Amino acid sequence: MIEINITKRIKTYKGWEDFKINTQFEIGKITRITGPSGVGKTTLLKILAGLATPEHGLIKFNGEVWFDAKAKISKRIQERNVGFVFQDYALFPNMTVEEHLKFGTTDIEYIEYLLELGEMGSFRSNLPKQLSGGQQQRLAILRALSTKPALLLMDESFSALDKRLKSDLLFRLQVLFSAQGTTVLLVTHQEEEIVGDAGVFMMEE
Amino acid sequence: MDFEPILLSLKLAFITTIILAAIGIPIAYWLSGKSTTPKILAEALITMPLVLPPSVLGFYLLLAFSPNNGLGKWLHDHLNLQLVFSFEGLILASVIYSLPFMISPVKSAFGHLPGNLAEASYTMGKTRWQTFIYVLLPNIKASIYTAAVLTFAHTLGEFGVVLMIGGNIPGVTKVASIAIYDSVESMDYDSANHYALMLFAITFIIVLAVFIFNKKAVKNPFE
Repeated sequence: MIEINITKRIKTYKGWEDFKINTQFEIGKITRITGPSGVGKTTLLKILAGLATPEHGLIKFNGEVWFDAKAKISKRIQERNVGFVFQDYALFPNMTVEEHLKFGTTDIEYIEYLLELGEMGSFRSNLPKQLSGGQQQRLAILRALSTKPALLLMDESFSALDKRLKSDLLFRLQVLFSAQGTTVLLVTHQEEEIVGDAGVFMMEE
Repeated sequence: MDFEPILLSLKLAFITTIILAAIGIPIAYWLSGKSTTPKILAEALITMPLVLPPSVLGFYLLLAFSPNNGLGKWLHDHLNLQLVFSFEGLILASVIYSLPFMISPVKSAFGHLPGNLAEASYTMGKTRWQTFIYVLLPNIKASIYTAAVLTFAHTLGEFGVVLMIGGNIPGVTKVASIAIYDSVESMDYDSANHYALMLFAITFIIVLAVFIFNKKAVKNPFE
């Protein structure tokens, strides 16, 4: 179980506000996170990844404390084994598709598997600027998977994909997630992105 | 014509650029982060050589490193190092004088990189150092080249600081800009013209190379 009970001060167009969240997510499952724009979906993912730090509260992943404000514990980002698919991809302009994956793993077989999974094999030597929006998005997903994360955080990660590609990719990803026991939190507005027995977490203001 | 001043200028510019690349890039990275009071102070100090008359900087360096005064005396007594009227002194003065030319473009380039590039790298388990070397530096390569070339060209053209701290010792501190001044003083306009023309040509080729190299990356190397 991922247990979250935190408060973070965030700056909004209305001034400083408290972002509070108290919830739990099941381990090894896919949970779709939804809610209106600006409600803090991305902030929640960033807090879980360790990219943003709450002022108060506690985060536990599978019983292990990742963050405890009182005890001043905050597990390093690098040690959380989290994969993050950024909304704007955040690809490395200097690296080819293959180099992105090699940056995450040295397992050549796994890299080939990921390239096939994302239908990116023929673009392996391309830089991000030589890829279409959909290809860039697939690369962002594959890169996040390259480290075999225990927790995969996906922020609007299928928005640039066409229907056929999205459905094929979701199916293949689901197989991979079950094989690796990956816990997935998927921020999306698209209902068709619910896969299998995925849970839904609705965030409200 | 004596080519020694030109060679000395090129040597000084080369060494200064190497030293500034080594210390300037980490400082620029530090400055590009969240603004704090120490950073604002440091940036103001680093920018001072841009606005300060070179003779002011040269004068204070001359005082600081004079073997009769505090720091200069200590260096002379303990390390047998004399920075005034020496090539080493010229290097130190050039490093200080050209600091903003290395730091400003690199700092600006770091600042323009999307913040989530580093974040993406961290989530892949990479340390700050690995992220700096493999993600951040390669993506500001063009700005680093620009900064290095500007530093080199700027050092070539130094006069005031060099004259104050180095004087005019042939083969030691008599760089091209000093040789021009020296030639004009002795009414040898032919020599002055030769040195001036060579400096002009070298500097023009360097600046032109930056514009050509970076024509896609930046519109103007001074941006």
